[in-house]
Amino acid sequence: MSDSQPPPENQDRRSFCKQAACIGLGAGLGLIPVGAGLGVLFDPVHRSDGKGGKGLAIRVTTLNALPNDGVPRKFPVVAEKVDAWNKSIAPVGAVYLRRTGEKQVEALNVVCPHAGCFVDYAADKNAYLCPCHDSLFSLNGAVQNPNSPSPRGMDTLVVEIREETEIWVVFQNFRAGTHEKIPVS
Amino acid sequence: MIKKIFGWFDDRTGVKKLAHEALYEKVPGGARWRYVWGSTLTFALTIQFITGIFLWLAYSPGSQTAWESVHYIQHEMWGGWFLRGLHHFTAQSMTVLLVLHLMQVLLDGAYKAPREINFWTGLILLLLVLGMSLTGYLLPWDQKGYWATKVATNIAAITPFIGQDLQRIVVGGADYGHHTLTRFFALHAGVLPAGIVAVIVGHIYLFRKHGITAKTPYKKRDATFWPDQVLMDAVACLAVLAAVLFFVIKFHGAELTAPADPSEPFSAARPEWYFLFLFQFLKYFPGGTEIWGAIIIPTILVGVLFAMPFIAKWERNGRKLGHFANLIIICGLLSGAALLTYLAKAEDAKNPEYHLAVKEAEANAERVKELAEAPPGIPITGAVMLLRNDPKTQGPKLFAKNCASCHRYGGHDGLGQPVKDAASGPDLKDFATRAWLAGWVDPEKIVSAHYFGGTKFKDGKMVKFVQKKVTKFSDEEKAQLQQAIAALSAEAELPAQKTLDAKEADLIATGRTLLASEDMGCTDCHQFRKPDESASAPDLTGYGSRAWLTAIIANPAHDRFYGGNNDRMPAFADQGILDAQSIALLTDWLRGDWYEPDPATTAKK
Repeated sequence: MSDSQPPPENQDRRSFCKQAACIGLGAGLGLIPVGAGLGVLFDPVHRSDGKGGKGLAIRVTTLNALPNDGVPRKFPVVAEKVDAWNKSIAPVGAVYLRRTGEKQVEALNVVCPHAGCFVDYAADKNAYLCPCHDSLFSLNGAVQNPNSPSPRGMDTLVVEIREETEIWVVFQNFRAGTHEKIPVS
Repeated sequence: MIKKIFGWFDDRTGVKKLAHEALYEKVPGGARWRYVWGSTLTFALTIQFITGIFLWLAYSPGSQTAWESVHYIQHEMWGGWFLRGLHHFTAQSMTVLLVLHLMQVLLDGAYKAPREINFWTGLILLLLVLGMSLTGYLLPWDQKGYWATKVATNIAAITPFIGQDLQRIVVGGADYGHHTLTRFFALHAGVLPAGIVAVIVGHIYLFRKHGITAKTPYKKRDATFWPDQVLMDAVACLAVLAAVLFFVIKFHGAELTAPADPSEPFSAARPEWYFLFLFQFLKYFPGGTEIWGAIIIPTILVGVLFAMPFIAKWERNGRKLGHFANLIIICGLLSGAALLTYLAKAEDAKNPEYHLAVKEAEANAERVKELAEAPPGIPITGAVMLLRNDPKTQGPKLFAKNCASCHRYGGHDGLGQPVKDAASGPDLKDFATRAWLAGWVDPEKIVSAHYFGGTKFKDGKMVKFVQKKVTKFSDEEKAQLQQAIAALSAEAELPAQKTLDAKEADLIATGRTLLASEDMGCTDCHQFRKPDESASAPDLTGYGSRAWLTAIIANPAHDRFYGGNNDRMPAFADQGILDAQSIALLTDWLRGDWYEPDPATTAKK
C-alpha cells in the first residue's frame, strides 16, 4: 500500500467517513440483539428466594424419631419450593439431627462447606465424612482432620421444639468455600 | 507491540489475506441498493442465532414446561418479551427478505450458468428457513402453535408409503408430547441451524467465486465491497431492524396464547401468515386428494424453481425466452400465493365464528396469565390445569352445554350467545345476590321469564303468595322483607357481597330472625335453620352457598329441595351427567367465586 499513489485528500476523508459509519452502524446493529439477550442472561442475578437469607422454619420430624444415644439421623427437608415458574412442595435439602438432651436437638446441614458434596455419617468413626475430598467432621460439625480442605465446620441450623415433640429446623443453605457462614438467598 | 502480536497471529492464520479478500471484493459499476438483500438475510440470521441462544438459556422443552418457560421469559425475565419479540418478528422479516432476494437474483439473471449450484444452495436455504419457522412455531406449546403444527404433521402422514412412520418419527410417538418438543427443539436449535450454516458457507463461497452479477449498464466507477457496499448493506440492515423493532414494540413482543390443550378446540388456529397460502390451497382438495395440494403440487413447483437455470437456456434468435419464462413463472407463483393469502384472510374476516374464536383465544391467554401470576403459581402438572380448574373459564362453557337449554345467564347462554328457544328456568346471573332475590318477591318479576315465567311454578304457591300477600305488605313489612332478603343473601356467603355482609351484620341478624318467624310466611313452605319435614319448597338454610348449590345441581328432586314437585331439572350428579369437578366449577362460577388479581398488585407490576 505504501508504494501506491496516495489518494486525493477528499476521497480519503470520504472513505474514512464511510468506514467509520460502517463500524458505527455495525456496532449498533449488533448491540440490539445482544443487549436484548443480556437481560435474560443476567436475570438470575437479581432474583432472591424471598427469605432474605433468614431461612424458613420447617417441620422435619418428631423427638420420638430420634434415638436417645446421640447418634445422628438423616432427615429430608420438604418444603414449598419456587423453581422458576413452578411452586410446589418438594425436597429442598436434608439435615442430620442429633439429640443432645431430653428436649435438645442439634441440626447440621448435610452439605459440605468445602465444595457442596453430600456428607455421609460414618458409623465406624462416629463422625461425618465427606466422600469427595475426605473431610472429617466431628458430631458437632467441627473439622476433625487437620488436612481437611474444608474452610469451616459443617453448618449448624437453628432448631425449635414445638408442641412438645415436633422438631422444626430453620433451613438454610450457605455458600461453599468460604471461612464465614454466609447464607445463600 | 500490538502490531507484533498481530503479525505473529497473521503468520499462523493468514487472517490478513482472508480479511482482505473478504472485504476488498470488486463491485463492478459501484455499490448499489439492489445488492443488499443477501447481506440483510445474513444479518437477520445473525439476529436469530444470537436471540435464539439467549432464549435457549431459559427455554425448557416438555409438555409441562415449554409453555411455562416461555411464559416466564415473556412476563418475568428482564427484557424477555423484547428478546422473544425480536426473535419472532425477525423470523417474519426473513421470509420477506428471502422473497426479495430470490426476485432480485431472478431479475438480474444471477441464477444462470455458471451459478446454478449457487442458486440451488439458495433454494435449499429458503426451504431450511421455512423449516425453522415451522419447527419454531410449536415450541411455545400454546394452543395456536399446537393446533397449527398438528395440521403440518398430519400432512406428513399422507406421504405415500412412509407417511405413518415419518409422522411418528417427527412427532416422537403416536401423539404429541414431550418427545414432540424435544425433537422439534433439536431440529430448530440444532439440526436446521447447522444445515443452514453449512449451506450458507457454500452459498457465500460460490457467490464469491463467481463474483457479483453486476447490473449493466454500469452507473459508476467500480468500487470495493468495503466500505462502499458494506455501508449500503448496513443501512438496509438498519431499515430491517427498524421495521422489526416497530412490530416488537407495537405488539409488545410475540403472542403467547393459552397452553396447549388437546381437549379444547382452537378454531382460531392458523399457520403463520406466510404459510396461509398453503393452508388456503388445501381447502380446494376434497377428502382423499389432499396429497395433491399438500405434497405433489408444492413439490412440483419447488422442482420448477430448481429447474430454472435449465429453463433459462431456452433462447431463440438471441431472445432470452427461458429467462422470461422464469420471470413469468415466479410472478405467477407469487401472485398465486398472494391471492390465496388474500382469500384466506378474506374468508376469516367474514367468518363470525373465527372472530369469536380469536376473541376467546385472547381472553383465555389473558386469563391464564393472571392465574399463572396468582400466588399459588403454576403447578408442576403444568399451566394447562390452571384454565381447566378455573371457574371463570369453565363455568360459562359448562353452563352453555348443560344449563342453557332452560336457564339463561343475563339473557344469553353463558358464553354470550343468544338462545333460540324461550327460557324455561330462572336467569341465574347475579344468583343469590340481594338484587336477584328481590325479584322473587316482586309480583311482576316472579312471573317473568327471568324467574318462574317458563316453569310449572308460574301458577304455584310462591307466585300466589307474592301476588296476594306481598303486594299488600305495609311499609314496615316491606322494610322487614328487605332485611329478610339481605339475610337470605348472606346465607350464600358470596365473595362479591363479603364486605357488605360484614358491614350489615346486625341487619342480617334481624333479617334471619324474620325469615325464621311465622309472621313472614316463608317457613310455611320452606325450612330455615331447623328441620321441617312438612317443607315442600327448597331449604333456605345456607341458600346459595357452595354446598347448597352443589347439592341442588346434584339432585333438585331431593326432599331438601323440590322433592316430588321438581319441574324438569335433571339430577346432574345422581344421573351421572356431570362429575363432581364440573359441578364444583359451575357452582363457583354461578357464585362469582374465582380468583381475580388484586388491582393494586397488577398496577404495581
